[in-house]
Amino acid sequence: MKLLTGNDLASGAVTWWTGDGWSLHVEDAVDVDEHGDAILAVEEAARRVNAPYIIDAVGTPEGPRPAHIKDRVRALGPTVRPDLTLKPADPDAGNWVI
Amino acid sequence: MGELRFRDDEALEQPAVTLDAFLDQSNATAVRLEPDEDARLLIPHLDRLALVEIAFPKFRDGRGYSSARILREAGYKGELRAQGDVLVDQLREMRRCGFDSFAPEKPLDPAVVKTTLDRYDQVYQRAADAAVPVWKLRHG
Amino acid sequence: MYKYDQYDQAIVDARVDEFRDQVRRRMAGEITEDQFKPLRLMNGLYLQLHAYMLRVAIPYGTLDSRQMHMLAHIARKYDRDYGHFTTRQNIQYNWIKLEDAGDILADLATVEMHAIQTSGNCIRNISSDQYAGAAADEVADPRPWAELLRQWSTFHPEFSYLPRKFKIAVIASDEDRAAMRLHDIGIQLVERDGKLGAAFYVGGGMGRTPMVAPLIKDFVPIEDFLSYAEACLRVYNRYGRRDNIYKARIKILIHELGADEYRRQVEQEFAHVKSLGIDPPAAELERITAFFAPPAFEAGAADTVDRSDPDFAVWLDQNVKAHKQPGYAIVNISLKPVGGIPGDASSAQIDVMADLAEQYSFDELRVTHAQNIVLPHVAKRDLYAVWQKLVEADLASPNLDLISDIIACPGLDYCSLANARSIPVAQKIAQRFSDLDRQRTLGELKLKISGCINACGHHHAGHIGILGVDRKGTENYQLLLGGSGAEDTSLGKITGPGFDEDGVVDAIERVTDKYLELREGGERFLDTYRRVGFDPFKEAIYG
Repeated sequence: MKLLTGNDLASGAVTWWTGDGWSLHVEDAVDVDEHGDAILAVEEAARRVNAPYIIDAVGTPEGPRPAHIKDRVRALGPTVRPDLTLKPADPDAGNWVI
Repeated sequence: MGELRFRDDEALEQPAVTLDAFLDQSNATAVRLEPDEDARLLIPHLDRLALVEIAFPKFRDGRGYSSARILREAGYKGELRAQGDVLVDQLREMRRCGFDSFAPEKPLDPAVVKTTLDRYDQVYQRAADAAVPVWKLRHG
Repeated sequence: MYKYDQYDQAIVDARVDEFRDQVRRRMAGEITEDQFKPLRLMNGLYLQLHAYMLRVAIPYGTLDSRQMHMLAHIARKYDRDYGHFTTRQNIQYNWIKLEDAGDILADLATVEMHAIQTSGNCIRNISSDQYAGAAADEVADPRPWAELLRQWSTFHPEFSYLPRKFKIAVIASDEDRAAMRLHDIGIQLVERDGKLGAAFYVGGGMGRTPMVAPLIKDFVPIEDFLSYAEACLRVYNRYGRRDNIYKARIKILIHELGADEYRRQVEQEFAHVKSLGIDPPAAELERITAFFAPPAFEAGAADTVDRSDPDFAVWLDQNVKAHKQPGYAIVNISLKPVGGIPGDASSAQIDVMADLAEQYSFDELRVTHAQNIVLPHVAKRDLYAVWQKLVEADLASPNLDLISDIIACPGLDYCSLANARSIPVAQKIAQRFSDLDRQRTLGELKLKISGCINACGHHHAGHIGILGVDRKGTENYQLLLGGSGAEDTSLGKITGPGFDEDGVVDAIERVTDKYLELREGGERFLDTYRRVGFDPFKEAIYG
């Protein structure tokens, strides 16, 4: 599957395209199939996202898993600071990245 | 604002020719320099030049800043124009390097141009403009 | 320390206003990200993996307690309560909001700080020796010359769009604590006939094509100093490669031209530039030098230290260095606790270090290229009190220059350029060698880790270096041996096939075991490596 990701222009936070907006959680991301470029163009021009790009991912029962480690790090947060990730209560969250 | 000029004299109507063409023909008074062309080749001909247009095909390519200073350092007094991918946030550096006219591909907002050029009162180093560096202000 | 006058302050204040306006125009859609990017980079603002990252300049790594407290304040108010000290003696914050950037710069400007030219294809923060003004072996304090360069390079109109970034270091000792010859320009102040001058080494660097800078000019007197720098830069701006970003650094130009031809072109340009009157009068160097006058050391201060506390004695031997003033010492604060993140400090720790500087070090701190902090002027009678306060703040790791004093870039945990994580590798190595006696038995061993080929973690210059690469989507680590960023500058050599995270830790242990087996007398790892060569270690690693 293909996902859209980028950063929020004002805050810089990592965001994922949900089909009708942008979420902080990769679990909310939807497969954009071949429509990625068209969505990006509109969303970037409207400044609802900054520096967006399309990535490969695989669907899993827990939600989409980005194919590249870099995007998994982006989806979670720094593996060396679990307290600053999106899942601070889950000590094993970093394993999902690797 | 398609064209921006900081000179009192009349703008030259004659089109700028390439450096090769200029060096070949003796009657042209306007020349266009590409980023990789050596501004020093013009130094023997400065007295017959009224316009040097320096091309900025990409705003990131800073060679034209050196070309401009070299011409001003050699005593060139005619129009020095930056043409191409020229952004408002580059005008101050360009002015300091001796450019006195601008032909940006994308028009600039006149209000932003004014704010940008008026923002800094002080400079740290001598360049091709009349600004007095702060070390000179400190020591006279 | 240098203090701003009204001119310096006016320039930094105008910069705050300018950047606020650039951010406003970006947020309003008046400029695109493509146009905004070089503008924000020239102000140290990156878009990293998780957020914007702001790099704040610490010129030549020197700051006072007021500035250090401000760095803590920024961490608390605008970031997530910590900062990361970098190999270029700067600090960076990982969780910055674009909409806060203007306010942060305004706060910094109140203490004579900024983020000007901490990124971008321009002349970056000038780095220097962290022991400047305190080291017994310096011919002079290098920082006045570095400050001259700072002012000259700030908003230099001709050199704001260079082919690539440009890093300058200035030292004044034969012992090189700043990796001088691995900079685009490395300057060593030298004395000749009773007069100070600058030796210029040009075209060094790490990155994907590491090179040690050749000597271009052995003595540039102060009256020609900025003209000579200007000539060096102009030749580069005109002829540095712009067709390929990976070949755009000045080291490639000099490698392709040859040092002799580059020198000839610089000399020719210098002969011209010298006529332009760009060198300030001698009075300007004198004015700046006065700010760096030695502090009011107490004459006859006690030169002995009570070593009866054994933990203190260990720290004293490892982290405290000789000062040129009798009765005083240089204190190194390690930001490398076992299991910690190299270079990171919490806002509370930053405040503690600021307070210690104010109380015990004539209000001065330094940041080192090895990502540690220095209190440069501590009276020996105060060392025990300083140590106790460092212990309380978890800042007393006695591991300076030992194997756990690791330089590591942020790597894939933070950096959008990285191919592999650096910090977890550093943590595993430090844990493997956590026994301090074992580390001390190994002695000086500089281990440096980069998470990509750009070499922010100085892996080429590590006695042992590690380079993280991406091998078909998984992290892989190459090992290098024999580099040095000191006066005996050398570039490490890759041992062979890479390892996974645990594998590289095992490989390092095989290397250190081999070293202990082979070393003679008081040899450091690097000395043994140079004596016996690469092969015994390669065999130990790969069998």
